[in-house]
This record gives sequence, structure tokens and C-alpha cells, in this order.
Amino acid sequence: MKLRPFRTAVLGLSLLIPAALVAVVLFLVIYSGQAMAFNGFHFLTDVTWNLGDLYNDPVTVKGIQVPSGAEYGILAFIAGTLASSFLAIIIAVPLSIGTAIFLAEAVPELERSARRTIPWLPPIRPVLAMLVELVAVVPSVVFGLWGIAVLIPFLGHHISPTGNGYGLLAASIVLALMITPIIASTLYDALSQVPKENRESAFALGSTHFEVVTKAMMPMVRATLIGGVVLALGRALGETMAVLMVSGGGINILPTSLFSPISTIASFIVSQLDSAESDPTNMAVRALSEIALVLFLITLAVNAAAKLLSSGALNVRKH
Amino acid sequence: MSASISQPTGPDTPGGKALRRTIISMVGWIGCGIGLCLVIFPLLDIVGVVTVNGLAALNWDLFTKNTGGAALGMRNAIEGTFIITIFAMAIAVPIGVGAGIYLCEYGKNKTGSTIRFLSDVLTGTPSVVLGYFSYIVFIISFGWGFSLAAAAITIAILIVPYLARITELALTQVPNTMREAAFALGSNDATVVFKVVLPAASSGVITGALLALAISVGETAPLIYTAGWSDYAWSGKFTHSPVAYLTYVIWTFIDQPDAHSHALAYAAAFIVMMVVLAINIGVRLTVKRSVR
Repeated sequence: MKLRPFRTAVLGLSLLIPAALVAVVLFLVIYSGQAMAFNGFHFLTDVTWNLGDLYNDPVTVKGIQVPSGAEYGILAFIAGTLASSFLAIIIAVPLSIGTAIFLAEAVPELERSARRTIPWLPPIRPVLAMLVELVAVVPSVVFGLWGIAVLIPFLGHHISPTGNGYGLLAASIVLALMITPIIASTLYDALSQVPKENRESAFALGSTHFEVVTKAMMPMVRATLIGGVVLALGRALGETMAVLMVSGGGINILPTSLFSPISTIASFIVSQLDSAESDPTNMAVRALSEIALVLFLITLAVNAAAKLLSSGALNVRKH
Repeated sequence: MSASISQPTGPDTPGGKALRRTIISMVGWIGCGIGLCLVIFPLLDIVGVVTVNGLAALNWDLFTKNTGGAALGMRNAIEGTFIITIFAMAIAVPIGVGAGIYLCEYGKNKTGSTIRFLSDVLTGTPSVVLGYFSYIVFIISFGWGFSLAAAAITIAILIVPYLARITELALTQVPNTMREAAFALGSNDATVVFKVVLPAASSGVITGALLALAISVGETAPLIYTAGWSDYAWSGKFTHSPVAYLTYVIWTFIDQPDAHSHALAYAAAFIVMMVVLAINIGVRLTVKRSVR
């Protein structure tokens, strides 16, 4: 076989992507090894995260040096992550379905009738679709800033019984806004691909336009919708800055109400930079590495599920 | 899309039922419309709040003074975001475009689909995990300390998968006949790609690079554990010297009690948001949907 230097070169470049991924997993696993040995299964089932006494001599447990009294349990962060993400999904799904249906079906209708009176009307649908997509590109930290400046005072004054807006609900609302465009644009694309014949047959049977959408079109795109929702869930689970800024940063306590302060796994990692730096035994860094690994595995599982679901969706659409 | 609204008033439809169906439809459409408003209104509010407060905070000191000392400006953060982005792009563009070339031109096989799959996994990895990975590797194991090198490499890892996939998509749009013509004239692989395929797909590749640039300007989480923070301008060293960046200003200064810090946070948010939105709007207006 002929030697092909150019092909080999670009293959080498593209292999850097899997290499980076393998390196991420490998280093996280290696680095969290001692933490895994020390924590055991309690890591996932304990609520208390305590760095221990950082100023006295460390003690040796199971042959590992740790600050005395240190225990690392992440159940509260797992609960915070799951609660905020699922609540975000519950808020985002109806919003996304409404947005996608309105954009795909109602806006063209409205545009047509509006153009009868205002013939020079510029196209509206692309503009609205672009606005929805733009929500997805606003940086997380800007969402957090808006959360602090607008959402938190609103929740604090009007909704929260304690007068404090920070907490689970604020985090879920911000997350919901961030993931709605993902679900909405997936669904919007799927709705525009529903074959004309299906729509027209439903109209011919005497359905109202809304019945055509809900009874004939939505069932056809159900698999795509579920794929989009799971994809959005993957994004919500790993979202960091916006959640960190509005969640109240509660630790060592499981959320009990919509206004409980929470931390998600991702926001907790960021908030722990200082304590990681101050632990002389490096055990905090190792435990954080383990928590990062847990987050990686959760998002990996969710994204894999999204991929499986959306590959199935294509088959459904072709029927 | 030529169907018109059909009225449910057939002779076999009892009037009451038809009325109910019409009402349900109306309520449904209104609900959907409210959904759309609830999605778009926060975006407009974010843009409005950040623009009003950001413009009010803009002044010349922001670009000439550092946050250090009296915290009058944020020249160090603007400069830091700029250099982190430049170096991240310098690392990521050759790798990402090269990988995209491989995936499109020679990657229609098992290796290609494996790389594509793992690239998607990397895209789905939360950026804070990548940041933490860089922290334990570059900051702790390599002993670089908070530094430009660690920050730029982390951002590069973050954007390479995007660049690869967008480049691949852009190259796929180039018709095969152009490649065949070039090969028939005796060109080799490299000449075909660099003289024929890449120029034809240049707008798509540039789009990908711009979107990657927008991502790197707006990122925060991977930088916290890699760039650190410095109240002063970048020292010119790649390692052992923390770097300031704009998104850090937004995150930390909004939590300060004084109005002056808030003004800095809004000014930083305004600059970051304008860059990100300008790139994304520009790309959407100029490039056809298919290339994205």
C-alpha cells in the first residue's frame, strides 16, 4: 500500500480528540483512586461533606493521609443536581412544545393574514426562530447575572415565603430557560419535516388546525421530542455558572422545599476551589476529582441515551 | 404549507361539540403563544438589563485601568480574555480543521465513526469537568500554577470537537466532482484539500471558527480552575502567572456590595454578550441553515 503522508497527518490530528477524552477519564480515575479507597460507597450515600481539621496534623486511615474528621459525602449534591434538572425539564417541556408549535404552525398563518393588510411586512418567522436559538448562546454567567439582578428579587418579593429568592426554584427556572431552545429547535425541525400528506389528510377529515397539530403531527415527532428532552437534560446536569450564582449554595442538607438552598455537583466543584487549595493532604482535591468523575459518568449516560433515542427517532419519521 | 384553517362546521357535527373543539383550539393556540413569549421575553429582558446597565457603566477608564488597587477599570480582564481566546484558537483551529478534513475526506469508515462518536462525548462533557481535569494535570501534576497555558489548552479541548464537526459539515457540501476533477489533473491529497476543497468550503469553516470564538469568550467554569485571577495585566509568561478574564468579573463583582463593582460586572457582561450575540447573529444572517 502506498504511504499517504497527508492522510496520516490529518488522521493524527483527529486522533487528538479521542486522546483528550481518554486523558480526561484516565486522569480523573487515577487522581480519585485514593479518594475512592477512602470513601468507599459512602461517597454516594452520605450527606455530609466535611473537609476535616486542616490546621492539625493529618491522620492516617486505611494507609491514606487525611485531615482528621474529614468525610466526603455527595448525596446532597446529587439530590440538588437531579432536583434542579428535573424541575427544569418539567418547566421547559411545555414551554418548548408551545414555542415549537406556535413557530411552526401559527406564525406562518398569522403572517399570511397580516400580510393581507400590510403587504410590505418583513418575514417574522425566521426572526422569531433566531431569537429562540439565541437564548441558547447567551453565556451561562450572563444568565446568572440576570438571575441575580431580576429573577431573585422577583422571587423574593412575590413568591418565596421567606423573602429569599435564592434556591432550588431559582436554579430550576434559569436552567429551564437555558435548555428550552434545545428542545424547541429540535421539535421545530421535526415538525417542519412531517410529510405534507399527513397534515392534509388530517385537515380533510375535518380536524381543526390545532387538532391537526396535536393529534396528527405531535405523535409522529414524539421520539424526536424525547430525544431532545434527554439531550437538554444532559446540558442541565452539567450547567455550572448560572446555577452557582442563583442556587444559594446550600451544602450538607437535602433540599426539602422549592426555596431550599442547593448545590449541584457542577456548581459545588467550582465553589470548592479555595478549600481544595488549602488542604495539605490533597485529599479534598482527590475527592473533588471523584465528584467530577461522577458528573462525567452521569452526563455520559444521559447523552448516550439521547443518542440512542434520536437514532430511533429517524426510523419512526420514515415509517 | 398551503393548508388553510378548516372550520369544523360539517353537517354531521353537532353544534355544541364543534363549539367545544373551536374553544379548545383557541385556548391551545393561546397557550402555545404564551409559551413562545415566555421564552423570548427573558432573552429580551437579559439583553435590555445588561445593555442599559452596561452602557451606563461604560467609560474610558474601563479600557485603560486595571481592576487592581482602586478597581477603576478592567483592562487586565479584557486583555486576558483576548489572549486566552487567541491562544486557544491558535491551538484548536489547526487540530479542529485537520480533524474535520479527516472525518469528511477519509473518515467514512470505522475509525471515522469512532472518532465522531468520541468527539460527541467530549462535546457533551460539562465544561467544569474539563476545567477540573486541567487543574489536576497542568496546575498540580505539571506544577504550572494558574496560567495562560493551562487556560488556553482547556478552552482548546472544549472547542476542538465543535470545530471538527462544523468543518466536516462544511466540507461535505463541496461537490465530489470538484475533487475528481482535481485528482484527474494529477493533484495529490494535500493539493486537493488545500487548493480546491477548503477554499470552496471556506465560509463554513470560518463560521465554525467564529462560533468557537464566541464559545471561548463566554466560558467561565473551565477557566476558574485554570486561569485563576490576576488584578494586573498579563505578565507575558505562559506558566506560573495567573490571567484575568471578563466572565470572572461578571461572576464575582456582582456579589460585591458596592455599586461600583456592580457597574464593572455589567460592563463586562455587556462586552461579552455583545461579542457572543454579534457573532451568532452575523453567522445566522449570512450562512444558510444547512451549513450549520
